[in-house]
Amino acid sequence: MIRFQDVTKMYGSNVGLSDVNLSIGKGEFVFLVGPSGAGKSTFIKLLLKEIEATKGKIFLGDTEVTHLSNRKIPKLRRNIGIVFQDFRLLPQKTVFENVAFAMDIIHMTSRSIKRVVPQALSLVGISEKANQYPHELSAGEQQRVSIARSIINNPSVLIADEPTGNLDPDTAWEIMRLLIQINLRGTTIVMVTHAKEIVDKMEKRVIGIERGKIVRDDMRGAYKYHV
Amino acid sequence: MFRAAVYSVKQAFKQLIRNKNMCTASIFSITSMLLILGLFFILIVNINLLATTAQSQFDTIQLYLEDDLGEEGIYEMENEIQKISGVDTVTYINKEEALVIMKSRWGNNGYLLDGLESNPFPNSLEIKVTNLEDADSVVARVKSMNGIEDIKYYQSIVEKLLNITDFIQLAGMILIFVLVIISIFIVANTVKLTVTAREKEISIMKYVGATNWFIRGPFLVEGIIIGLIGSGVSVAIIDFLYKKITEAFAEEAFVMFSVELVPQEFLIHHLVWIFISLGVGIGSLGSILSMRKFLDT
Repeated sequence: MIRFQDVTKMYGSNVGLSDVNLSIGKGEFVFLVGPSGAGKSTFIKLLLKEIEATKGKIFLGDTEVTHLSNRKIPKLRRNIGIVFQDFRLLPQKTVFENVAFAMDIIHMTSRSIKRVVPQALSLVGISEKANQYPHELSAGEQQRVSIARSIINNPSVLIADEPTGNLDPDTAWEIMRLLIQINLRGTTIVMVTHAKEIVDKMEKRVIGIERGKIVRDDMRGAYKYHV
Repeated sequence: MFRAAVYSVKQAFKQLIRNKNMCTASIFSITSMLLILGLFFILIVNINLLATTAQSQFDTIQLYLEDDLGEEGIYEMENEIQKISGVDTVTYINKEEALVIMKSRWGNNGYLLDGLESNPFPNSLEIKVTNLEDADSVVARVKSMNGIEDIKYYQSIVEKLLNITDFIQLAGMILIFVLVIISIFIVANTVKLTVTAREKEISIMKYVGATNWFIRGPFLVEGIIIGLIGSGVSVAIIDFLYKKITEAFAEEAFVMFSVELVPQEFLIHHLVWIFISLGVGIGSLGSILSMRKFLDT
């Protein structure tokens, strides 16, 4: 699903990623771990084509991201759902509108918006809060809204950038259960995290990045486990 | 396409209501810009009209003839002048006709001429030239003829008038150009404020896969609406002002310079389209410019 071929990204003379080779299959659940500034954000930005690779090729499915014209970037991003640590909800829109907004963008009819949004809200378990505003919700509930928004257009990949970073442990596990559920429906999930406990318990594939290089790639890994 | 347009218009109105003050400021600046432009426009069209009337009035050469030149002599002279190149028509006006014309020009005061014992007006020939530039050569040829008392023509006056017109037109164009640029920047700044206020929303929109035109749409419509309101207000003000001006000065202008003002309906009819296209152009260009940096990636 995601493939990096000899990808290098330089920021001036600083290394973002250097000679990264990586392949993530369809339906996988992958943790991306490493210290701050190791290159995790660079990885995500390259995949979204927010920045250009200095060298190498990146593929999403059959699409070569590195070759994509600016005009086609929006189409690429519709195929990638993103969840952020800080949720990034629009404060002046209700829960329903925050999710519907992602469908507006791809010009869905209001009839299908009215049909699909409640399904997504019920999937993440916040149907009854549809008409409330983000500031009226708890952090965990806000993250659920942002997950509903990220999957509303059925992306084939979901990127979660420290989705549990702002949540207490119990709420964090609720969010993890939700991500597993989404993964079981066939969506590839790449989760960037520092949450050792979660990574250790989940026993999923763990890719470690340090100073722009992949230092480990374990199929059923733990957070601090060097081979 | 249609859905995207509806979305843009809806969003634009929401933004306008949310940023009432800034909007009012931009509308005000567009309105004042268009007002200055409108006043220049009024000035230019009226001076143009004045110049054209003047040209048609003054492209004639008056030949005052000596009284002892008989009908025959006049007829001969008329034929001879007709042959000069550059001459369009030659008209004979005898003393009696000249008196009648003068009486009618004096209007109510015409009775003053009734007291004259003899007719002081000379017989005259009125030469119309095809081109004002030919007037000099025609005059030179005519001068050598016998039986002419005096020659009157106004080439230099008309030329001066035309020069002034050209100058005012050029100055007006430059001023309008500068004003248009200034207005574009003012609108660009207004829209930039609303864009900055929604920077976060725009970045989320981009993450979710919105195209640049989808993001730009509402702001573009916002700029267009600001432009439309600005041009509407200024057309209304100009319409009102010009009505007052024509009411107050049309008669004086006619009596003093024997020219008419451009009719109000004609002026406003043209101004509406100029203002609307300028307003909409300034509004949309301003908003597109202000968004450029936000849509880079």
